[in-house]
Amino acid sequence: MSIYRTHILLPIDEGTVLAGVFEVKRRLENELKTRKLDKEIKVLESGTVGLVGKGVILTVYPDRMYYFQVKENDVARIIDEHLLKGRVVAGLAHAPVADMATAATAEKSAKVGLTREQRRVVLDKTWTVDPQNINEVLAAGGYRALEKILGDSLSPEQVIEEVKKSGLRGRGGAGFPTGMKWEFTRKAQSSAGRTATGTEKYIICNADEGEPGTFKDRLILEGDPHKLIEAMTIAAYAIGAGRGYVYIRGEYELSIERMQAAIDQAREFNLLGANILETDFSFDLQIKKGAGAYVCGEETALIESLEGKRGNPRVKPPYPVSHGLWQKPTAVNNVETLANIPAIISNGAGWFRNIGTDKCPGTKVFTILGHVEYPGLIETDMGTSLREIIFSFGGGIKGGKKFKAALLGGAAGVFLPEPLLDVKMDFESLKENKAVLGSGAVLVMNEDTSIVDMLFSIAKFFAHESCGQCSPCRIGTQQILQIIYRIRQGKGLPGDPETMLNLAETMFKSSLCPLGQSLIMPIKSALEHFPEEFKVNNNNEVNP
Amino acid sequence: MEAQAVHIPDNEQYRELKKFIEASRGVPGPLIQVLHRAQKIFGYLPLEVQHFVARELNVPLAKVFGVVTFYNFFRMDPVGDHIVNLCLGTACHVKGGSEIGKALEKELGIKVGGTTADRFYTLSTARCFGACGLAPVLMLDEEVHGRLNPQKAVQILRELRAQVQAAAVETNKEEK
Repeated sequence: MSIYRTHILLPIDEGTVLAGVFEVKRRLENELKTRKLDKEIKVLESGTVGLVGKGVILTVYPDRMYYFQVKENDVARIIDEHLLKGRVVAGLAHAPVADMATAATAEKSAKVGLTREQRRVVLDKTWTVDPQNINEVLAAGGYRALEKILGDSLSPEQVIEEVKKSGLRGRGGAGFPTGMKWEFTRKAQSSAGRTATGTEKYIICNADEGEPGTFKDRLILEGDPHKLIEAMTIAAYAIGAGRGYVYIRGEYELSIERMQAAIDQAREFNLLGANILETDFSFDLQIKKGAGAYVCGEETALIESLEGKRGNPRVKPPYPVSHGLWQKPTAVNNVETLANIPAIISNGAGWFRNIGTDKCPGTKVFTILGHVEYPGLIETDMGTSLREIIFSFGGGIKGGKKFKAALLGGAAGVFLPEPLLDVKMDFESLKENKAVLGSGAVLVMNEDTSIVDMLFSIAKFFAHESCGQCSPCRIGTQQILQIIYRIRQGKGLPGDPETMLNLAETMFKSSLCPLGQSLIMPIKSALEHFPEEFKVNNNNEVNP
Repeated sequence: MEAQAVHIPDNEQYRELKKFIEASRGVPGPLIQVLHRAQKIFGYLPLEVQHFVARELNVPLAKVFGVVTFYNFFRMDPVGDHIVNLCLGTACHVKGGSEIGKALEKELGIKVGGTTADRFYTLSTARCFGACGLAPVLMLDEEVHGRLNPQKAVQILRELRAQVQAAAVETNKEEK
């Protein structure tokens, strides 16, 4: 293997592709070749930086310098000035890569929005490593946690204990303690009454990311698929599963492609398959492609879909931990949850507990969207305030407008008004404020946004995605949509807001799954914080 | 309707699908993966194909139909050469996604879900592509176009049509 003096990283995501990253890459490679620098400088593709709207981003290592909005024509200048003379190119937007080690304490100003210091546990490798090259992943510490477990012969019980001690909670939205889920699955009895083992248990990675405004899982799948493989293998070892599935949304073509490539490479390196790392432990992994149904993000619906059926949620209990895929004990974990596992095993539960809050340790990946200066994806400690996320990481409201509300957690989320901006973003603090963390989506709305209009969009979404199995949800979503439609048209009837809330409450109490149970959240919070927008007067007219 | 009663033509497409089904025998719960492949081969899933899948997998036609109609991804009608998929997720909505929908309907003269008379475009909508940072977005075939406004969206569709037409004229010239 040849050694290069400098590496240039080009993050690939939808934004950079749109801005022409592949053209820049081609030009770079050609220019380097003509200048005979291609043996000294290597151009690599990486996962996303999480920064949207900055055009093509180019990072130079080991100089740790970013360039933004790079165009094909800038390539020659970057080579001449930076790569040959070692000078930062003046006149091109640039910023130094923040020092990760001091991220926790450094409170520097957020000059470049999303690239301000972030503590990255889940996304630590997504933008510094070429996800398509397992050698790079291994060099960057990938699979070291798996090696630790199998090499030091940690028992499955010890692994579960460590995860339990870490306090890791599911990042899919519900916040259930991961260690407990694994323990239940491990101890689950098979139908024959003995402890089920090996091929009779399953680990499933829920990558059916469908919550509107959420794309964190996609960026993990594309930026660091090996981390997921490692985590699922560790999970399989802990619960005693012989087979795992990654259920990925059908729309995520690139995620499926990258994940498959990573699985193939891992098999080649004996990190998956029979007798992993020459131990007795065997485990294999398969991708299943979803077919576009929001409800399949619910774990029992996902399992039904994996079995090749309509994704109708099951009645719980029994829970998947005892009666999951093919009625066998199954642990279903979200992508982001799993992505925490290798770091917990490598660094220990104590280290993990030092991050975030007491009851919600660790970091959280947030997607910041809507009317902010820097929409994109960040990872920060649990318990960071909403204000900090919007105004520091997100750069504040775009165009000098005023903040009106934030919708947290996607469509199945909660509207928060200005007075609640200082709420801490973790499961417990949000619960106290009748809000939810959900998937970590933060949709920011400026003063010009109509809450009624937003709620209409949400109601439409629910009406479309209701699977139709439970009548309250099937009919309730349609009725609510009609009511909010007429309020939006200015033809609301007296009592409409109350009826809407009443319907949502019925759905909450009598639906099987979180889809039907959660429409009440946006409705209730909208009515509570923005009642003036829903005022209906007796002439069937809405006040402006 | 008896599954056996439908005549399935013996052609390359069905042979390809049959090969895939044969390869997935023994794998539990293959229906959705088989339908994915079938739609890739045929472009959509007409009843005839559903009959074939039901027969080959030995499951009731009702189950196949149930799965096809449940998932957004599966279609029972033929689509145009190019599919325009407009995102209507909350992030795109707040950035004016529905205005783009109206403009596209007007431009193409069809409603969402429809296909133009010349079978060039099918207009469809989706919940969320996970490209919210670029909102509002649409996907034209496999490609995501972001930060749109109605004019820009219409322009993108016009450009593709012009390109295809120009290419067709070129080929005609060469043939002559």
